[in-house]
Amino acid sequence: MSSFIAILSRDLNLAYRQGMDSVMVVMFFVIAVVLFPFGVGPEANILARIAAGVIWVAALLASMLSLERLFDADYEDGSLEILILQPITLEIAVAAKVTAHWLTTGLPLIIAAPVLAILLNLPADGFAVLISALALGTPSLSLIGAIGAALILGARRGGVLLSLLVLPLYIPVLIFGVSAVDAGLGGFPFKSHLLALGGLLLATLALCPWVSASALKQALRS
Amino acid sequence: MPSFSGQGLGCFRGGRLVFENLAFALQPGNALVLRGPNGSGKSTLLRLMAGLIQPLEGQIKWSDSDAGITDDPDLHYGRTHYVGHADAVKPVLTVTENVTFWARLRSPQSDVAGAIDKLGIAPLADIPGQFLSAGQKRRVNLARILAVPANLWLLDEPATALDVDAIAALCDAIAEHRAAGGMVVASTHQNLALTDHAVLHLSDYITEDPALV
Amino acid sequence: MIHRFANPTRFVRLADVIQPWAAGMTFLFFVTGLYFGLFASPADYQQGETVRIMYIHVPAAWMALFCYTAMAAACGTALIWKHPLADLAARATAPIGACFTLLALVTGSLWGQPMWGTWWVWDARLTSVLILFFLYLGYMALNNAFDDAERGFKASAILALVGFVNVPIIKFSVDWWNTLHQPASVLKAGGPAIHASMLTPLILMALAFKAYYLWVLLIRMRGEINAMKVRALRMRQVQQADMADKVAAGKVG
Repeated sequence: MSSFIAILSRDLNLAYRQGMDSVMVVMFFVIAVVLFPFGVGPEANILARIAAGVIWVAALLASMLSLERLFDADYEDGSLEILILQPITLEIAVAAKVTAHWLTTGLPLIIAAPVLAILLNLPADGFAVLISALALGTPSLSLIGAIGAALILGARRGGVLLSLLVLPLYIPVLIFGVSAVDAGLGGFPFKSHLLALGGLLLATLALCPWVSASALKQALRS
Repeated sequence: MPSFSGQGLGCFRGGRLVFENLAFALQPGNALVLRGPNGSGKSTLLRLMAGLIQPLEGQIKWSDSDAGITDDPDLHYGRTHYVGHADAVKPVLTVTENVTFWARLRSPQSDVAGAIDKLGIAPLADIPGQFLSAGQKRRVNLARILAVPANLWLLDEPATALDVDAIAALCDAIAEHRAAGGMVVASTHQNLALTDHAVLHLSDYITEDPALV
Repeated sequence: MIHRFANPTRFVRLADVIQPWAAGMTFLFFVTGLYFGLFASPADYQQGETVRIMYIHVPAAWMALFCYTAMAAACGTALIWKHPLADLAARATAPIGACFTLLALVTGSLWGQPMWGTWWVWDARLTSVLILFFLYLGYMALNNAFDDAERGFKASAILALVGFVNVPIIKFSVDWWNTLHQPASVLKAGGPAIHASMLTPLILMALAFKAYYLWVLLIRMRGEINAMKVRALRMRQVQQADMADKVAAGKVG
């Protein structure tokens, strides 16, 4: 547990001092969403209809953009090699890094989402569901993304490759995230969709640190 | 007392056999220097000793236990310090923060200030890593292994980028470590002034690639 | 010593024996399967002649799942037992599986147009098969993304195992969700719900696809083995040149 806190606080400290990363993720999120009224036209009812999907897709892309650096910075400067050679559980180290990633990218997205929902005329009954769905879904995105980020270490054109690997695996989160909001808007019970998102989160929480850790070991052994 | 030895080691990297039938043995206080041309497998051997990679054949053992070091990696990582080519110094963290992070992962009790002082970078303690020269970064990396004691030091070209004073400080640290019963394996082109060390010439173990069938 | 290339000799010898048989079986089953499928089976009373697309579509979809399962099994073998041939088998299977998946998607689309009145619907079965196709592409991209072939093998093997969660989802998608796609009618409890005159060409075509897979797999694996030998020879050239340099410069020893 002390290694979890040590790594988490170091990564948060790094993110804080390097500054711009979180801001850029949120800026990308906002700009990507703002493009849609230009693309599909400013009619309020059309925007309201697609708001949930647009916000989810933009959040998913924004979360993915910052993933490339999740392990890459540590891989390049040799920290990852030293980290693996410490008498700590690597899965816990991965979990700490993913937590830091979510706190610096996922959480700002959730905070920015209501503003964008207003811009897209999302009806008021959808807000609470949207926020809860994002709160349950974005940690899964960071966790699944960690696998991709670990697999591409040392690859040519890692960033493009990462999107090819990770986006198909994001689809279940997207499906349940959007259908929860749609159900909420239509006045249907949305609890089952949120439960499915929670289930996905538990499954990824159990599996992803383990898979990422073994991918990291493979990356360092070649 | 612990000992560290390997028998019949062979390693296959990047599609070829780097070395085979290699053996070494270290007793407490011993030092082993690895020599050989580029590509002869000095770094590979150190990574094998660290438990980062597994040998194709042969086994590396701690003391006389039957288990190889990779059977319980965390146990081996805990008694080993490895210094590779990259210094792992974060540009936005200060020297003290860089060293403290690694020390805290190993033990709650550590002597970060003492380690920094021993390598002569105490005046830089509050300077962020981005302002350091290559030699100063290397000293930060070496301070990491002084801050928390470990039985075995594996040093891959530790003297790279170091000036004369820093090399002397490193040699003092190694001598102190050995006097306390520690073991050292180092690969180096430069002459580290180590007293009565053994030398392993890796060029003796380079083999003709086995005929492909 | 352990000889990394010892296995391929045995494998190549075995492949020499199997390959002509696999080729012959492919030919035989294709010809008989197509005869039964196109001439000796009835048109469907609802679907008419378009039902014959089934004899390509269904075996292709089976192969899409079969190849992924085989690939994941090979990847698991490669990661756990470090068998060098398993890496090659997985790598050789991926493009074949991707082609079968694409074939299933395209024939499904062609069949869907007259039957459902649309080329594509976003239902669970179609979407999950599309994801399977992306997983194949991701596997191949990752496999080729590294200068060190070994690293590509290992990284993509982990991806293939993670992606395996999709396989049961595809299989049971028609049972778990209400989809336009019909549920399984051949492999189901209580015997197949399909008439023997249609089952015969279906089974024949499935066998033809299996034999084809085996045939192409062997060809591709031998190609990969040859490529590895070339790589090793190049490494040896570099090493020898390097050593000659060092000896000339008097640096060795």
